[in-house]
Amino acid sequence: MSEVTAAGETLTATNIMRRGRRPRFDVKHQPGFGFMAVLCVLMLYGPIVLLVTYSFNQNPSITIWTSFSFDWYVKAYHNEQIRDAAFLSLKIAFFASLASTCAATMAAIATTRVKPYRGLTLAYTIINQPLMVPEIVTGIATLVFFALIKQMTGIYGLGYLITAHIVFCIPFAYMPIRARLEDMDLTYETAAADLYATPWQTFKRITFPMMIPGILGGAMLAFVISLDDVVITVLVSGPGEETFPLYMIGAIRRGVTPELNAVATAFLCLSALLVTVFFLVTRKKKE
Amino acid sequence: MVAGATAIEARNVVKTFGSGSEAFNALDNVSVTIRQNEFFTLLGPSGCGKTTLLRMIAGFELPTSGEIMLDGQPVAHLPPFKRQVNTVFQSYALFPHLTVAQNIAFGLEMLRRSKSEIDAQVDKMLKLVQMEPMRNRRVNQISGGQQQRVALARALAPHPKVLLLDEPLSALDLKLRKGMQIELKRLQMETGITFIFVTHDQEEALTMSDRVAVMSKGKILQIGTPTEIYERPSDRFVADFIGETNFTQAEVLERQGDEGRLRLCSGVEIVQQINSLAGIGDKVTLAIRPERIELAPHDDACQFSGTVQNVVYFGTDTTYHLNIQGGGHMTVRLQNRWGHQSVLQAGDEVGLRVPPEAMQVLKD
Repeated sequence: MSEVTAAGETLTATNIMRRGRRPRFDVKHQPGFGFMAVLCVLMLYGPIVLLVTYSFNQNPSITIWTSFSFDWYVKAYHNEQIRDAAFLSLKIAFFASLASTCAATMAAIATTRVKPYRGLTLAYTIINQPLMVPEIVTGIATLVFFALIKQMTGIYGLGYLITAHIVFCIPFAYMPIRARLEDMDLTYETAAADLYATPWQTFKRITFPMMIPGILGGAMLAFVISLDDVVITVLVSGPGEETFPLYMIGAIRRGVTPELNAVATAFLCLSALLVTVFFLVTRKKKE
Repeated sequence: MVAGATAIEARNVVKTFGSGSEAFNALDNVSVTIRQNEFFTLLGPSGCGKTTLLRMIAGFELPTSGEIMLDGQPVAHLPPFKRQVNTVFQSYALFPHLTVAQNIAFGLEMLRRSKSEIDAQVDKMLKLVQMEPMRNRRVNQISGGQQQRVALARALAPHPKVLLLDEPLSALDLKLRKGMQIELKRLQMETGITFIFVTHDQEEALTMSDRVAVMSKGKILQIGTPTEIYERPSDRFVADFIGETNFTQAEVLERQGDEGRLRLCSGVEIVQQINSLAGIGDKVTLAIRPERIELAPHDDACQFSGTVQNVVYFGTDTTYHLNIQGGGHMTVRLQNRWGHQSVLQAGDEVGLRVPPEAMQVLKD
C-alpha cells in the first residue's frame, strides 16, 4: 500500500514540474532579451570585424571598400619601424612575463601554503595593489622614481622599462597561479610527506608539477598585458624606446591607412592565440 | 616478529583544539596499545576523535600532551616523513600527474631504494592488488574501486610498520565496499602489517577487526574483540552504537557477591550478574539485543509481556515493535527461517522470553 502511495506522489510532483506550474524565472523568455543580446555582441565585436575586413581593402581610404588585397600586410611587413617596435615589445613582454611569473609563483606559494596569520590579507592587498591604483598614478610615480635613480646613478637603458613592466605584470601572473594552488587539495602534500618525502622533495615532485598549468597561464596573461600596455610605457620609456602600441598611436596621428588595420589584425591574432592557449592549459580537466 | 608484541602505543594522549573558553579536547587522555600484526579498528561517531588519533600516529597532528610510541620509540614529535607509518586517505590522494606505477613507486623513491628494488616491489604490489593491467594508466583514468586499490598498494609498498586507513571504504558503493572488506583482511594477513582502521560503520568494524576500540567524545569507552563489544558492551553508549539494543530499567532488590536479585519493569524478579555496578535499591539498565528475544504465548517462563505495535518484514528477518507492559518499548527480530510467518499481527498480546546471558547489566 505504502509503495503505491509513494509512487503516486512522485508522479504528481513530476507532472506539476512538466506542466510548468511552478513559477520559474527564465531570463531567456523576458521581452527584449534577444535584441539586447544581439546589440551587445555587435557592440563588442562589430568594430573588430570592421577593422579586420578593411585590412584587406585595396583602397588607401579606410572607409571606402574597393577590392580585396594583401597589399597592406606586405607593406607593413616591410616597414622597418613596425618591425623594430614589434621586436621591442616582444622582448619586453618576454622578460617581463618571465620575471613577474617567478615572483608571482613565490608569492602564491607564500600566501596559500601557510597557516593563516595576521597580515595575510594585507599581503594579498599589497600583491594586487597595481590592479587597484589607477595606472596613470603608478606611471607617474614610477617615472619620478626612475628619474631620481637615473640622476643618482647615471645609468640609462631599457632596464627601467622592463622593470616597470615586471612590476605591473605581477598581479596578473599571480591570480591564475594562486587560483590553481587554492584548487589543489593539501592532502596531496600530506600524502607525499606520509610517503617519506621531505618538504623540499614534496615541493619538487608534487606541488610544483601540479601547479604548472597555473604558472603557464599566469605567464601568458602577463605576456599579453605587457604587450598591450600604453600608459606606464609612455611615461617610463626613454628616447628611442618605441613599443608596438606606442608606434600605433604615433602612426594614427600621422594619418590612418589600412596598414594600421593590417598591423592591428596581426596583433589581435597573436593575443587571441595566447589567450586560447591560456584557456586550454588552465581549464579543468574532466575528472 | 613476536606475536603479541606492541606496534603502537598511545600514552595519555591529549589533543586540545582552540583556546580559552572555546578550547575543547578532541582527545581526552587516551591510552591504547595496538599489537603487532593486528587489525585494529577505531570506531565511533564523527567528531569522537578517532581521526585525530590516526592523524597523530601518522604525524599530521602534534599531541598537546602525552606520547606516541612506535616499536618502543617515542615518535610524537617526529615529522610524518620520518615515521615508518603509511596512510590510506579517505580521498585516496593519488597524485594526479603520475601513473599508477609511479604512484606506487613514490614512497620507495623517497626512501632512495635502488631502481631494481623499486621495480620489483612495484610489480609485487600491482599483483597484490590485482592492478597489473593498469600500471601505465593515469590515476584519473581508473574507477573509484581501482583508485582504492592503488592507494592501498602505494601505502603498502614501503612495507610500513603500521598502515593507517582513514575511512577508506566510505566513497565506494555497497557491493564494492563488501568486496574491499574481504580484500583488506586478505591484504593484512598476507603482508603481516599492523592495520589501524578508522570507521563510523559498526558493521565494517565487526567484520574485519581483530580488536575494536569504541570512541566517543575524545575518550575510548571499550576495547575488545568484535564479539566482546557486541555481546558484552561496557556501557550504554557502546551498546547503543554497536547494533540495535533494547534498554530496560530494573531495581536491585538484594545482592550476594557479584550476583543481584533484580525486579524488572514487568514485576518479574530475576537473578543476574551485576558485579559492583550497583547497590540495593539502585536502578540499573539492562541491555537486550533484539535477536536474542523469543516471542511465545505468555507464561511463567517469560520475563516480559507486551502488545505488538507493528510488524516490519525485512526479507531475511521480521522485526516486531512491542509495547511492554510496565513501560517502554522493545524491538524483537526473528529470522524468517521457515519463510515469513505472519502469525502475529498488530494488537496481539505476546510473552517475551530472554535467556539470562542475553541480559547485560550496564553502568549508566
